[in-house]
Amino acid sequence: MSPWLEAVVRAVAVLAAFLSLPLLIGQTEHKVMAHMQGRLGPMYAGGFHGWAQLVADGVKFVQKEDILPARADRGVFRLAPAVALIPYLVALSVIPLSPTVVGATVDASVVLVLAVIGVGIIGTLMAGWASANKYSLLGGMRAAAQLVSYELPMVLAVASVALAAGTLSLVGIAEAWSPWWLLWQAPGAFVFLVAALAELQRPPFDMPVADSEIVFGPYTEYSGLRFAFFLLAEYAGIVVMSLLFAVLFLGGWAGPFEAWLGWLWTLLKGFAVAVLMIWMRVSWPRMREDQLQRLAWVWLVPIALLQLALTAVGVVMTS
Amino acid sequence: MAGYLVVGAVVGAGVLLFVAAMAARRLLAPRAPWAAKLTTYESGVDPVGVGWAQTKVRYFVFSFLYVIFAVDAIYLFPWATVLRSADLGRASLVEMGIFIGVIVLGLAHAARRGLLRWV
Repeated sequence: MSPWLEAVVRAVAVLAAFLSLPLLIGQTEHKVMAHMQGRLGPMYAGGFHGWAQLVADGVKFVQKEDILPARADRGVFRLAPAVALIPYLVALSVIPLSPTVVGATVDASVVLVLAVIGVGIIGTLMAGWASANKYSLLGGMRAAAQLVSYELPMVLAVASVALAAGTLSLVGIAEAWSPWWLLWQAPGAFVFLVAALAELQRPPFDMPVADSEIVFGPYTEYSGLRFAFFLLAEYAGIVVMSLLFAVLFLGGWAGPFEAWLGWLWTLLKGFAVAVLMIWMRVSWPRMREDQLQRLAWVWLVPIALLQLALTAVGVVMTS
Repeated sequence: MAGYLVVGAVVGAGVLLFVAAMAARRLLAPRAPWAAKLTTYESGVDPVGVGWAQTKVRYFVFSFLYVIFAVDAIYLFPWATVLRSADLGRASLVEMGIFIGVIVLGLAHAARRGLLRWV
């Protein structure tokens, strides 16, 4: 197969995964949240336990009037959903489900994933600024402060795993993983999970979109399909972060029959992490802005640095 | 390089998805704008002033700290690939220890001076 044709086929496959996995997570969130709160959740759309609820939501979003506020910075306002969404697609393309089931094989995939996730954040900032709305501006500022603070512990936690494996390739890291890492890299895993939740602006880190204070933060002025794209970006973000956690800290495809079923183990581990993220949303109240910053700088950064020292000393001692 | 060709194709697919979705929206969504609908939303009252109001940027110290540590983090990744080598491993461990130690000292100083408080 010519490299160009192969690239197109792979891109289409990644796009298909990108459009189906977030729906699965979204439906899981509807159902898991509902049952944790003693309700049923969606039951009608599609017949069986409301499985088509999110498809119906999508159809509704396409048909809604899309308002472009008169005061808004029009170009930036229009571009923001794309800037928020596309980086997660690129991130998903380099996350391996098994050594063979991977969209794009690149050498320094760890650095690439971290870099593109950082770009996605600019979409939120653009939305907050371009809306010319006070709620949006406040939300955008909060988002910027939060993302700047939590990016750092996340990068440090990932660097620790890269040190432990001695490679910058996600495939290489998951290949180097051993069950011993569950203990050795546990502080880093904790830091990564908390920082990932904060990067996604999910409860309890949803101060930038706190509905009781600033309506919906940076997305206040959005409606219709543009708003749906921000929602899709959030759920695609959950998929990316969960799979990344599974590959970096849980060994990805390590499991019985990994030659044939490796991709399934990665997906199942990622799904378990996603359910954990939903569980945290149901369990904890929103953190205040100063508590958020304090958690990042006083707890997560020092823990991540300690983990880094632990990893580096461990590697030098054993090699 | 074949990997980066795929990454490029994926970016193209993302742009195509966005353009196609926006075209679908243009075809399917109703459009009936009037002045009140296009006004900036401010909880139902008429907006006061402009949206880009002056505000105190409370987190600029955090962004300075972030820049310092982000540069530090970039040095960590190449280090990961040489830590196991026999001639560089131990020496690089000590050097990185000193390097990160200096930065942590700076963070501790910032914390002691109360810069990490949200004011």
